[in-house]
Amino acid sequence: MLIDCPHCGARDLSEFSYQGDATRTRPDPASTDTKAWIDYVYNRPNPAGKHREYWQHAGGCRAHLVIERDTLNHEIRSVALARRDYNGGDAA
Amino acid sequence: MAEYSAFSLLKNAFSGNRDWKPAWRKPDPKPNYDVIVIGGGGHGLATAYYLAAEHGITNVAVLERGWLGSGNIGRNTTIVRSNYLLPESVRFYEHSMKLWENLSHELNYNVMFSQRGVLNLAHSPGQADAFIRRGNAMRHGGVDAEWLTPCEIGRKVPGLDISGSARFPITGGLLQPRAGTARHDAVAWGYARAADRRGVDLIENCEVTGFLRDGDKITGVSTTRGDIRAKKVALAVAGSTSRVLERAGIDTFPIESHVLQAFVSEALKPFVDCVVTFGAGHLYMSQSDKGGLVFGGSLDFYNSYAQRGNLPTVEDVTSEICAMFPTVARLRLLRSWGGVMDMSMDGSPIITKGPLPGLYLNCGWCYGGFKATPASGYSFAWTIAKDEPHTINAPFTLKRFERGAAIDETGHGPTPKLH
Repeated sequence: MLIDCPHCGARDLSEFSYQGDATRTRPDPASTDTKAWIDYVYNRPNPAGKHREYWQHAGGCRAHLVIERDTLNHEIRSVALARRDYNGGDAA
Repeated sequence: MAEYSAFSLLKNAFSGNRDWKPAWRKPDPKPNYDVIVIGGGGHGLATAYYLAAEHGITNVAVLERGWLGSGNIGRNTTIVRSNYLLPESVRFYEHSMKLWENLSHELNYNVMFSQRGVLNLAHSPGQADAFIRRGNAMRHGGVDAEWLTPCEIGRKVPGLDISGSARFPITGGLLQPRAGTARHDAVAWGYARAADRRGVDLIENCEVTGFLRDGDKITGVSTTRGDIRAKKVALAVAGSTSRVLERAGIDTFPIESHVLQAFVSEALKPFVDCVVTFGAGHLYMSQSDKGGLVFGGSLDFYNSYAQRGNLPTVEDVTSEICAMFPTVARLRLLRSWGGVMDMSMDGSPIITKGPLPGLYLNCGWCYGGFKATPASGYSFAWTIAKDEPHTINAPFTLKRFERGAAIDETGHGPTPKLH
């Protein structure tokens, strides 16, 4: 798998670190809606097919990326820089 | 139905092996069953067997999309162990170990269970402390565990570099002598034959495309071979759990599917007679009866349903086996393959009634499902038959996440790729 980093160009998978599903949105930190927090922390759509996910070019420019990838055949459809309008992903 | 003995081997050898009978029937689905088990892998077949053998429920169908045993039961590295830290896991996997110890007799099918021992190598004083703590927890739970010094390890596994100048010097090792390996395909075939003989219908090439419902209640399934009704529908589909649940209208679930690769080398003369795991990375290795080194490491670390992985993981795993056993560096790989793992949010399984009325769920095995096969089938059958969990699977609910009662062996939290 090669990932086409917007800053560095096509680089090997081993330079990148996977940060999980990018479709989850973190509830407002002040929110006390337990169900919304449980959904955010534990539940995933886990689709077979198109998956929007966070990666970091940890072994390169260190930019956080949002990638659209097919989980059935690993084909990458799009790569974009993660912007302020995305928040979520895994802690590690 | 097929019976195996020295006599039948000889007889069939003389007749060119043309007269072997099939080990199970190929029935057409009936319109109605008491229980439908979706998934004809190890866990689904074991569930059907224990439903029939322990609870007398024989009007059961196992529905399999491909052929029996075509998923992870035929793709794992065959390791059986119960060397866990947390009491819930120790209880569950030790129950499984006790079932393994009698499995060939119970099924009248040789699953080639070999209690050759599993040795976890530690490479730092901190890791040694953690392993000894786990060993003590195991002994507290009635499981066998022994701490070995580097000298003892050197005598037990002569191929290891136990010198201080090794890339990752060995400080000791935790051995579970009763752990070992089993012949993975034989487990599927043994359970399949035993279930079939008790009247269970094993239906292959039958994909579940949807669920029949009466209000909220699940009353059966639509399949590529027609609608089938049942009082209870049980799911044991490992990496496909989210896909099948989506067909029941459940869009999000505490599971991610990841790909795990495994490898086998060309055959060698006897080289190592126990399972060895490498603590400075993540690697587990044993030698099969055919002589190949069977080994695996970590996930590829991204969501996948592809049943194949990428090269960086291959490189990682093979470099680890060379660090552990420098002598294998010139060995050639025979095959590598991938399987789809149902990675749960705390690294522990879910075996429970629900989440919809009439539905039962068995999933979240991460990459430890093979050793659990007997206890998983046993406790899942119990849960289906009695509508309440057995003591061993009572902690493994779906509700544990929202109750904050996660069973997290490694303390990685809800980051499935790290379990």
